[in-house]
Amino acid sequence: MAQRLACLQGWGILTPVVLTEVAAQAKPQSKRARGSALGPALAVPGIIWLLLFFLAPLYVVLAIVFGRTDPIFRTAVPVWNPLQWNPSQVNYVLSRIVGDNGIFGPALLRTAIYVLLAGLLCLLLAFPVAYYVARLSGRWKGLLLAALIAPFWISYMMRMLAWVNLLQDDGLVNRLFSLGGFFDVRTHWLTGQPVVVVLGLVYGYVAYMILPLYAGLDRLPQSTLEAARDLGASRFASFWRVTLPMCRPTIVAAVLLTCLPMLGDYFTSDMLSASPKTAMVGNLINDSVQSPGQTGQAGALVMLVLLVAVVPMFYYVRVTARGDAAS
Amino acid sequence: MRGPVAWWNDPWRPPRILVAVTFGYLAWSLIPVLIAVIFSFNDGRSRTVWQGFSTRWYFGDPVKSVWHDAALHTALLQTLKLGVITTLITVPLGVMFAIGIDRWRGRLPAGANLLMLVSFVLPEVLLAVALLFVVTSLPLPIKLGTEAQVLGLVTFQIAYPAVLVRARLATIGTQYEEAAMDLGASPLAALRRVTLPMLLPAIFASTVLVFADVIDDFVLVRYLSGNSSTEPVSVKIYNTARAAPTPALNALATLLLFAALLAITVGYLVYRRMTRGDNTAAGGIAAFAGEA
Repeated sequence: MAQRLACLQGWGILTPVVLTEVAAQAKPQSKRARGSALGPALAVPGIIWLLLFFLAPLYVVLAIVFGRTDPIFRTAVPVWNPLQWNPSQVNYVLSRIVGDNGIFGPALLRTAIYVLLAGLLCLLLAFPVAYYVARLSGRWKGLLLAALIAPFWISYMMRMLAWVNLLQDDGLVNRLFSLGGFFDVRTHWLTGQPVVVVLGLVYGYVAYMILPLYAGLDRLPQSTLEAARDLGASRFASFWRVTLPMCRPTIVAAVLLTCLPMLGDYFTSDMLSASPKTAMVGNLINDSVQSPGQTGQAGALVMLVLLVAVVPMFYYVRVTARGDAAS
Repeated sequence: MRGPVAWWNDPWRPPRILVAVTFGYLAWSLIPVLIAVIFSFNDGRSRTVWQGFSTRWYFGDPVKSVWHDAALHTALLQTLKLGVITTLITVPLGVMFAIGIDRWRGRLPAGANLLMLVSFVLPEVLLAVALLFVVTSLPLPIKLGTEAQVLGLVTFQIAYPAVLVRARLATIGTQYEEAAMDLGASPLAALRRVTLPMLLPAIFASTVLVFADVIDDFVLVRYLSGNSSTEPVSVKIYNTARAAPTPALNALATLLLFAALLAITVGYLVYRRMTRGDNTAAGGIAAFAGEA
């Protein structure tokens, strides 16, 4: 899930690895690389595993998306030869996004709105928390950090289950709102409330945003901020003109790391609303994967999400690389 | 009493607003889970009304407790089984891959490394759907269930130890190993007696992290589970949370939570012991949190 990316971004690991790669290719052969079959021997099992269970399955997806459907059993029949690929499944999905029979359009639009809204709320919440813990918390830092990463070790489903319990019709939330029986509150929170789904997304993913932000803010040079204040900037101005520009790469990375996984999320909506009124693109994928004859459509939708995610992913790698080179 | 403007302009005032936001956030993020844990000890069937303390949903109830209900404890065992098997396969494979790629120059290892990084950033649902298609539409001897789940989880997690170990290799540098070889060690002996001991903290950290990540996994294990006997805890929660469950579900989730917290706490303490006095490895809770 999002978790591990956020973690490694938090440690600032991914970029060094990518950069080492570039440097290593340019470097002349070092002593230990010379004349030893040890490297290939160690790497080959992992390479074979990735080829067999990672690269080959991706080709199977393409073969099924561009393949046929068995007319009788409604099962997907993969077509292996790219020259015989038939784009009808992709066309079917694409033609149903906008227009009269746009059955996928509303869910796609809803996904965009929910993810943007949840991402924005996450940022508004995560930035102050990360700022406080990284820069101002003093000797409580270790303890606070442990509390901040606690959600990482609590299963996502457990956290959603906790809210399902609280949001029942006779649950604690309704009782809290009724102020001890003073008002009669009977809100059905768990039946297709967009607010609940967006807040559920925020609840589920905000921890993944705090950690990268924390790492970025922790690395800000204190002396630069002090210089800004010494030179007469107000508190607000030094934040706006020094702190914020310096952690722009971190913010971009944190937002992307949080929002990209939300694109494929279907379980939050399923757990907290279970209504087609709040279905996201992940729900479309999940529903069509499980119904016979729609396997190709599911594959096409997955490809669509992947295409939407690829551009920000590359942008992310570039921004973090630049941010690391600058610091 | 000063006015609010003077308070706002005081450069030495404590950051009360940030403190409020931070502690508010912590309360909001942890209290719901705490309440769910508390209600797993409820004496009645309700998950919303407190009816007294009991351990009925753990083992007291002869039919519906986690201990007696086969559907619940199989899920817990399946989760732990997947965690152990996947970790045992993933960590050696990933560590070997990282060391191998690190000392092998050329186009093939560079491509393999790129493949590993792509597998690291790709959305999980894509891999899950791809493997589901492979298992269901190709005549392979692999069936949905534990074997398919392990295959998928290993593929998804292999980049984790690989990335951590490569990062550690980059900080160690080549000088220790070259010194060992100058002193007469063979490449294999240098690897075994110099590099591997220095890599141990990273290998250990990735073991803990892979295990914790696997027992939390949902998307892959759900698509690749064959029938209800291979559904782990996360899938069980997803399937029954909305269908009038008893607090036994909370008890199941609580047990998993304690398993994860135990693994992490023990892992952190051992990791700190391992890296004591080692200033090439980042120390303290921040480092483990960062990796974690």
